[in-house]
Amino acid sequence: MKEAARKSVLAVGPFHPLQEEMEFFQLTVDGEKVTDINARISYNHRGIEKLSEALQFDQVPYLVSRVCGICSASHPLAYVQAVEEIAGVQPPERALYVRTIINELERIHSHLLWVGLGGHFIGYDTVFMWAWKYREPVLDLLEEITGNRNNYGNVKVGGCREDIPDELIPKINLELDELEKKTEMLTKAVLDDPVLHVRLKGVGVLTKEDGIRYAVTGPTARGSGIAIDVRHDDPYAAYADLDWKVITQPEGDVFAKAVVRLLETLESIKIIRQALAKLPKGPVAVAVKEIPPGEGCGHAEAPRGETFHYVRSDGGNRPVRHKIRAPSYVNVPSFKASCIGADIADVTLTLAAVDPCYSCTERITVVDGRNALVHDYEELLRLSREKTARIRKDLGAPEMKLEGL
Amino acid sequence: MQPSEWDKQLSPVRDRLAGIECTRENRVFLPCEAEHVCEICRFLFEELRWRFVISTGIDAEDCFEVLHHFADDASGAIITVKAFIRDRQVPQIDSITPLIPAAEWIEREMHDLLGIRFRNHPNLQRLILADDWPEGVYPLRKEVQT
Repeated sequence: MKEAARKSVLAVGPFHPLQEEMEFFQLTVDGEKVTDINARISYNHRGIEKLSEALQFDQVPYLVSRVCGICSASHPLAYVQAVEEIAGVQPPERALYVRTIINELERIHSHLLWVGLGGHFIGYDTVFMWAWKYREPVLDLLEEITGNRNNYGNVKVGGCREDIPDELIPKINLELDELEKKTEMLTKAVLDDPVLHVRLKGVGVLTKEDGIRYAVTGPTARGSGIAIDVRHDDPYAAYADLDWKVITQPEGDVFAKAVVRLLETLESIKIIRQALAKLPKGPVAVAVKEIPPGEGCGHAEAPRGETFHYVRSDGGNRPVRHKIRAPSYVNVPSFKASCIGADIADVTLTLAAVDPCYSCTERITVVDGRNALVHDYEELLRLSREKTARIRKDLGAPEMKLEGL
Repeated sequence: MQPSEWDKQLSPVRDRLAGIECTRENRVFLPCEAEHVCEICRFLFEELRWRFVISTGIDAEDCFEVLHHFADDASGAIITVKAFIRDRQVPQIDSITPLIPAAEWIEREMHDLLGIRFRNHPNLQRLILADDWPEGVYPLRKEVQT
């Protein structure tokens, strides 16, 4: 009991007023070191799996695109692939390409969002401003194609709702050229910055073995040297026809995850260019009448990892069971491996490195049971930024420069 | 992979399975009784090194089903172990969390939403339902209306 009374608990969460995923972490700390972690989720459980059982098969994509505002293309895609598997439906070629393009645009804006927030957490607000500025034209393109900046609702069983008009293709290519230049500059600035090397390398390490034990996916896995990517391993949409690489980094630290996301953004630009060049002519949807009894598994590579949907049909017009697996649900518990032993000043960043929609990081309170000290989120952000400033001073490094803008 | 190849690959646990159902290329379902679930999952996870994806709990008409989905990323296949829990009054099954830490949350979720008890689970506390949610009401059971 005496021992327990001396433990300090660091509470992370539970609510973020702006983002969807709410999580609550309690970190037990010994001085500056994290010694244990416990998590509580579901503060905003919306019962989507149950709601789905009350909707018809063709209504569900609009529901599941609201699972996550950022991954609102990959969830409906995984769902329709599961239903198409049950019904034995093959969407037209053009629809497969349109799906690929929308999903890669989604990956670009999601990764840029992450890079910006990652910069913000360590006190690189210039990176935050620029990354989010580059992200805007991508959202504008998505709006132009689907009608919405998020929650595109563009896939349906049998194809796509909206086509990409041929006259829009030159504009998309132009935006991609601009974006490529800026992302390359940003990537180079990160790779060359000595402060970032010291600040991010060796921080929040998730080893390959732990990554496998916790079954992580997406950049969290690829940053730990686990070369898995649904787009490559079980190709869907048009990925098998296109030339692109699965990006991996062996180190497993925050730096590795940042590098993976930046290089993936460049790969996504490559994928969209090729898809636009090869975009087949023809319709974007086939008519689907009935969904026979059966069960199907659909999965897609969302920006954060594998999105998996299981659907069971009894031959009626509604799913009798629809299971949704969002990538963060499996990636988040890997904190148990990556946070234990870390400094408090690194926790914000380690939590953010998995990209769990940040809900967890905005409201952090440190309660020191012994001294009744309370640190709030600002205090932790300050600790994180001070560490960066200290490193910068020790290295005698100048402010990071973003040139050619 | 052809059905015969699945048969060969799964031969060490073949007698624990009620069948091997290929719904299409790269999609396999492995029905079994609840008591064999740990043995089968151990083989898939430790011997075949397949990745644990997620689990699905289902309130079927006459039983409960627990589906553990695995992925063989080398071939892109999704392999689903489908365990039937015949006792609807006291539904229980062995936990695979001691074997696969990644299953901790989803087993707690199924416990919350379907009332399935996972034996030997290291931490079978509430995950999804609020602390003041009434005992014995399981939202994903069919008797609960949307």
